[in-house]
Amino acid sequence: MSQLITVRRAEQGSLALDLTGEWRALSFEQIDTALAAVDVAGARHIEIATDRLAALDLTGAWRLREFVRHARQMGAEVAFAGTPPDQLRLVEDTLRPIEAAAAPQAVESLGQAISEFPVEAEVATLSFIGRRAVTLWHDMIGALAFLGRLSSTAARALPRPRGLRPISIARHLYDTGITAIPIVALIAFLISVIIAYMSAQQLRGFGAEIFVVDLVTIGVLRELGVLLTAIIVAGRSGSAFAAEIGSMQLNEEVDALRATGVDPYEALVLPRVLGLVIALPLLTVVADLVGLVGGAVLCASLLHMPLDQYVNRVSQAISPSTFWVGIIKAPVFAVLIAMAGTHRGMQVRGSSRELGRLTTVAVVQAIFLVILADALFAVLFMEIGV
Amino acid sequence: MIYPVLEVQGLINRFGPQVVHDGLDMEVREDEVFGIVGGSGTGKSVLLRSILGLQRPQAGTIRIEGHDITQLSGDGLRAVKARYGVTFQGGALYSSLSVLQNVQLPMVEYLEVLSPSARDELAMLKIRLVGLPADAARKYPAELSGGMVKRAALARALALDPRLLFLDEPTSGLDPIGAAEFDELMLYLQKQLRLTVVMITHDLDSIFRTCNRVGVIVDGRMETDTLQGIVDHPHPWIQAYFHGERASIHLKVAHGA
Repeated sequence: MSQLITVRRAEQGSLALDLTGEWRALSFEQIDTALAAVDVAGARHIEIATDRLAALDLTGAWRLREFVRHARQMGAEVAFAGTPPDQLRLVEDTLRPIEAAAAPQAVESLGQAISEFPVEAEVATLSFIGRRAVTLWHDMIGALAFLGRLSSTAARALPRPRGLRPISIARHLYDTGITAIPIVALIAFLISVIIAYMSAQQLRGFGAEIFVVDLVTIGVLRELGVLLTAIIVAGRSGSAFAAEIGSMQLNEEVDALRATGVDPYEALVLPRVLGLVIALPLLTVVADLVGLVGGAVLCASLLHMPLDQYVNRVSQAISPSTFWVGIIKAPVFAVLIAMAGTHRGMQVRGSSRELGRLTTVAVVQAIFLVILADALFAVLFMEIGV
Repeated sequence: MIYPVLEVQGLINRFGPQVVHDGLDMEVREDEVFGIVGGSGTGKSVLLRSILGLQRPQAGTIRIEGHDITQLSGDGLRAVKARYGVTFQGGALYSSLSVLQNVQLPMVEYLEVLSPSARDELAMLKIRLVGLPADAARKYPAELSGGMVKRAALARALALDPRLLFLDEPTSGLDPIGAAEFDELMLYLQKQLRLTVVMITHDLDSIFRTCNRVGVIVDGRMETDTLQGIVDHPHPWIQAYFHGERASIHLKVAHGA
């Protein structure tokens, strides 16, 4: 590294600095070290010569200015041999008005979080809870408004055959339904295996292994088939809806649709909701079927139960309502998942970070809503006795 | 040995059967504003991406201040990348960072020794230098107007005080007055900071206002000349470009002077 500063002590209390070499941003570290090493304490007069500098850029000039200011604060008189470099003047002219207005603390640095409403530490928790409550309230109002908007769009679109956009619905039916079959089937199979295994261990003690069939059948048909399918679909398609519509928002495609006179709720939201309302019940049927097959396989291998006995037991275990109690929940779950995804997608504004945040929110909310709705269904079905 | 700031020799870029650059040569000298012009699909962007080291050409050398970036990778390439600044057509500001943080990002990457307060001040210096108001520093890209986005992108490109600046369509999407202001700002900074500017542009006003020399991409090669020289170039596309109806007003001015 070439020499950046030569210090000459002319007489008592007087310093002469000769700046040489390249003073550029990328060698800031060396410049910083070199200037910090200059001992200005006790100097009354400092003269800086810059005519031998090979290069001085703004970062270098800024550091030099810091040094000059520091030296002046220490009580030294700083002068330049000849005219001060242009770059220094440029830095000076640019920064002085800001420093005169003086609000360096108004500037947040990278990674440093800023709060728009500074609050006292004692009420910070309270204000946090309050703000969250207000946000939650606005969220609920927003969701209601979204539901209303969607319903009115549906009401307007339904009478017109083209308003429903069948091609678009078919695409979403394929994306959310057909392509989800393998993973839904695999999960359904595994979950029935788990139930059968667990219950077989417990029931063997009572010699009541035959009830394994009841547990698997009722568990899968009423509850787990539809619930797990909905959760998988929430993860797969809820996120896809939010990300897809969200990036269209960022790209101003949604505005372009609006400007063309196309209602984005009709073109983007409704087909996704309807597609999923068709897809999720069908996926649930697949899950139910595979779950029952899984139960049969396990009963045959674990309990050595012949197939005809299994089928016989299944038909005894279930009532006509068992299958429908499960399947009736599917369209409700579908609406919840699709709404969470599309609503959050439509909310994306401005930045890619929002897109990520709202996609996450969409999935978490979809899963939460599905489980909440399932709990409400359980209470409802008990009350009406099915 | 004094190198040209940027030197491209025998550049060949091919995508399947489609030949974009067929032995393109280009040389940019110190302290000049060099304009790159070409019709749509002639590979202006591919040329820029090759020079920036974002994409490797099939053949040819690209020297930035003497370093052949086609032979470099890893840390070597990274070191060369710190020597130039670039603004992209749409600004390409990081949407999740404020303007100040956008300008600081190259400093965080390359100048770890800078303290946060030094970074703040240096970034603020660049933001003021491109003519943005101080309160724009805290704004996010989505809150900026088109002209402010271009300026913020310029501030970010200048973060490490490069000597070489690439501008991709810097005035596109700006109104004529905004474009003229941007050109003036660019010329002012170019003189003050002794920048070498390479500018891709379609904007004839901008070319006549700012460029010392112009390179036109035709038939996969580059025809380079001074502004006056390129206007008189016999190639039919160049004739059509500089002698179309839009251009006639500038030519009167140029010839009259």
